[in-house]
Amino acid sequence: MSTAFLSLTLIVLAAAGFWFGRARALTVVSGDIRKLHSLPTFYGRITALMAAVPAFGLIILWLLAQSSFIDNRASALIQTAEIPAGSSTALVMADVRRVAAGLDQLENTGVNVAPLLASPAALKTALNAAGIVLETEPTLSTLAAAQTARDLSASSRFWMTVAALAVAGLGLVLTYRRITPQYRARAAFESFVMVVLIACSLVAILTTVGIVGSLLFESVNFFRLYPASEFFFSTTWNPKFGGGSSLGIWPLVWGTLYVSAIALIVAVPIGLMSAIYLAEYASRATRSWVKPAIEILAGIPTIVYGLFALITVGPLLRDYFAAPLGFGDSSSSVMTAGLVMGIMVIPFISSLSDDIINAVPQSLRDGSLGLGATPSETTLRVVLPAALPGIVGAILLAASRAIGETMIVVMGAGAAAKLSLNPFEAMTTVTVKIVSQLTGDTEFASPETLVAFALGLTLFTLTLILNIIALIIVRKYREQYE
Amino acid sequence: MTAPMPSANRSSLFTQDPRTKARNAAEKRFRAYGLSAIIAALLALVWLLISIFGNGLPAFRQTFLTFPVTLEAAVLDKSGVLDPAVMAKVTTLGYGKVLARSLTAELAAKGIVIDAKPGDIADMISEESAATLRDLVLADPKLIGTTIAFTALASGRIDGYFKGRVTMASAALDKNTSPAQLVLADKMKAAGLLTIGFNTGFLTMPDASDKRPEAAGLGVAIIGSVYMMLVVLVLALPIGVAASIYLEEFAPKNRWTDIIEVNIANLAAVPSIVYGILGLAIFINTVGLPQSAPIVGGLVLTLLSLPRIIIPTRAALKAVPPSIRDAALGVGASRLQTVFHHVLPLAMPGILTGTIIGLAQALGESAPLLLIGMVAFVRDFPGAPLDGLFDPAAALPVQIYNWTTRGDPGFVERASGAIIVLLIFLIVMNTVAILLRRKFERRW
Repeated sequence: MSTAFLSLTLIVLAAAGFWFGRARALTVVSGDIRKLHSLPTFYGRITALMAAVPAFGLIILWLLAQSSFIDNRASALIQTAEIPAGSSTALVMADVRRVAAGLDQLENTGVNVAPLLASPAALKTALNAAGIVLETEPTLSTLAAAQTARDLSASSRFWMTVAALAVAGLGLVLTYRRITPQYRARAAFESFVMVVLIACSLVAILTTVGIVGSLLFESVNFFRLYPASEFFFSTTWNPKFGGGSSLGIWPLVWGTLYVSAIALIVAVPIGLMSAIYLAEYASRATRSWVKPAIEILAGIPTIVYGLFALITVGPLLRDYFAAPLGFGDSSSSVMTAGLVMGIMVIPFISSLSDDIINAVPQSLRDGSLGLGATPSETTLRVVLPAALPGIVGAILLAASRAIGETMIVVMGAGAAAKLSLNPFEAMTTVTVKIVSQLTGDTEFASPETLVAFALGLTLFTLTLILNIIALIIVRKYREQYE
Repeated sequence: MTAPMPSANRSSLFTQDPRTKARNAAEKRFRAYGLSAIIAALLALVWLLISIFGNGLPAFRQTFLTFPVTLEAAVLDKSGVLDPAVMAKVTTLGYGKVLARSLTAELAAKGIVIDAKPGDIADMISEESAATLRDLVLADPKLIGTTIAFTALASGRIDGYFKGRVTMASAALDKNTSPAQLVLADKMKAAGLLTIGFNTGFLTMPDASDKRPEAAGLGVAIIGSVYMMLVVLVLALPIGVAASIYLEEFAPKNRWTDIIEVNIANLAAVPSIVYGILGLAIFINTVGLPQSAPIVGGLVLTLLSLPRIIIPTRAALKAVPPSIRDAALGVGASRLQTVFHHVLPLAMPGILTGTIIGLAQALGESAPLLLIGMVAFVRDFPGAPLDGLFDPAAALPVQIYNWTTRGDPGFVERASGAIIVLLIFLIVMNTVAILLRRKFERRW
């Protein structure tokens, strides 16, 4: 039975369980539902749940365990000596899987596959005819492994079906027999729902664990292959996929900080002044359309900013600033990326600051204006100092946004890892290198690939620290006026 | 005693003293700074939109060549058996020759003088059209020997000429086209052979190879994005709502739930590329899901948008006044019934608004998708769900990135056009969210 069909069967079984459970509850009290602890539908629901949930759990666990089990058994059949030079067990196993899938497909179209198993050449032609292209003729042991994998997965599927149906049936019958007027079906059902709710809120924790776990695990692997002191203290970044690379993080960190700094230099004055103007000067009518218009900038995907940097801002800066002033002739530069990223970050600063300035009590303003201060003096000497912690928090959040931004720097900053002061030169950032080390064919054994995880860990830690500081500052400030 | 002399610095209400003048000037300057900051931000937005729309709108128009094509049996089916399996031996090169010959014949029939090299005529037709014609003939071998009306795509350079991307001066330096070719194109346009129309292929066709920007379309990318959004909707909405309900309505206030809350706030600020690393390490390397599959993209985007859905959902639940809960509990509903029968329906508009905005953000996300292989070149449409979720596909933002990395300038136009498509999707989603909020917004 295919998994989809099995799932369908289980759903039908659960529906039947609902109907039986409900009917049973009505029968045991001969239709007088006042004598039941819960409403009749709760008896139906709990029966359906007990039929479906354990069975589905079993299927999920089974499927997770099955693939690695089958792979183990099949790869045991492949002798190390038979693996061609320049290849690896993983590549051969990919072949095994392709052959197994091909055999399944051939069998589905009505071909007798038994004779093909003995002759790799015939198999290759048959598979090619079916549209599955094998680069080389499979070896006999590959064939044997593929056949074993197919046999195992067929029998595994059979036993999974049997086990799932048995568990479902057992759950259904046991619950059905437990239904009495005293059975607290609603409580049982509700505690199940509660477990589901808690499990869902744990997904957030699991995500964090997954992020930290995968970053740490692969980073440790990286530091086994590459000295940590080199990574943290070297100032050259020069990965070579043949080995012997220097993977110092400093050029990347420098690029990241340089781009982010330019972005903040652009965004902080504009964002802050817009927020002040909107909060203190603008009429209600102006505010009602300007604020959403600036926030559109936050809703635009970063790929759009990336393209903007690549086709508009980059060439413009090169032709009108960098080239005439003799700073270089690269259209992707720290300046390009920083400028565009600055535009992207404006709404983060303006929206948050606007909220915070609005949260400053009106009485402070009234007091200052009453003493004869002009509105700008009130803003600069009373409102801003009161709002300062929140504004700092907003700027820190914007900084963490800028540091973690990927698409704009991938398309606007360039790929050359350099420690340079010239803002019109192409430099690179941590995120750019994560992308370039992990895209394409990746082999998870070389330091050149694994370094991306160490970079990711650095990035994650950096942004996490900024976020935490920002959150603490914002939270602390909020308490002042409440 | 005489009255004291009026002091020299006695001020008048009608003339400002220098200090007041300075203060008022400072006030004016400050206001001007604020106004110019806003104008700068708005100008940046306008500049961005003009740049994208200016570059991208031409992608929705396409140059076509319409002419009768004689499907010569001598070239396409030498054996004369009309068997597709045998005819498949003729490659697109053969069909390209047939197209070029038919076009030359048509030009002669219309009396257009050709002063371009013979090869130029073949170059004016997109190689993609030869493939289209081949598929057409192989699907219906009876067409062999007949003359059919065929609409071919013009090559990228000719297309660019009519969009102003290619000029006579640039053509003279370009080895892929020549000024003579462009003159001929003008003549063909005058004769009605060459037309410019709406480019439906841009929305329906799959990606095309590096040399054929005129044939590249968003079909696979749109389907891939829709599949991922389906996965996100099916997973993130229930999980996000369930988590919010637990945290807002049931969770005891203790250290454990505090950890979950801080955690969610931090997850919302984790750079999106880190989620890509997570997807690569967990879903692809550990679980063994295929690369470039919408299911992996959907899962990564689900994790990414969960905190962004939980935060507004909790706000929506919090906005439902406690009196509703008290009333439900008072008439004997259980706590769960209170939430599911009363609080949740009342909070639903707010939840949906938050979810749609979260989905819109996920739709535009590209960095994590780069890491899980969605940037690969995919020409085959994925199958129907659920199996199709495991087939390779592209996604809109990644397709845009992919096009920007290619050499032919025609792809820049395509990428900008794709951004317009993406923005239209986002505008529609956000409009729906705003309308929902307007319609159901409720003040207690």
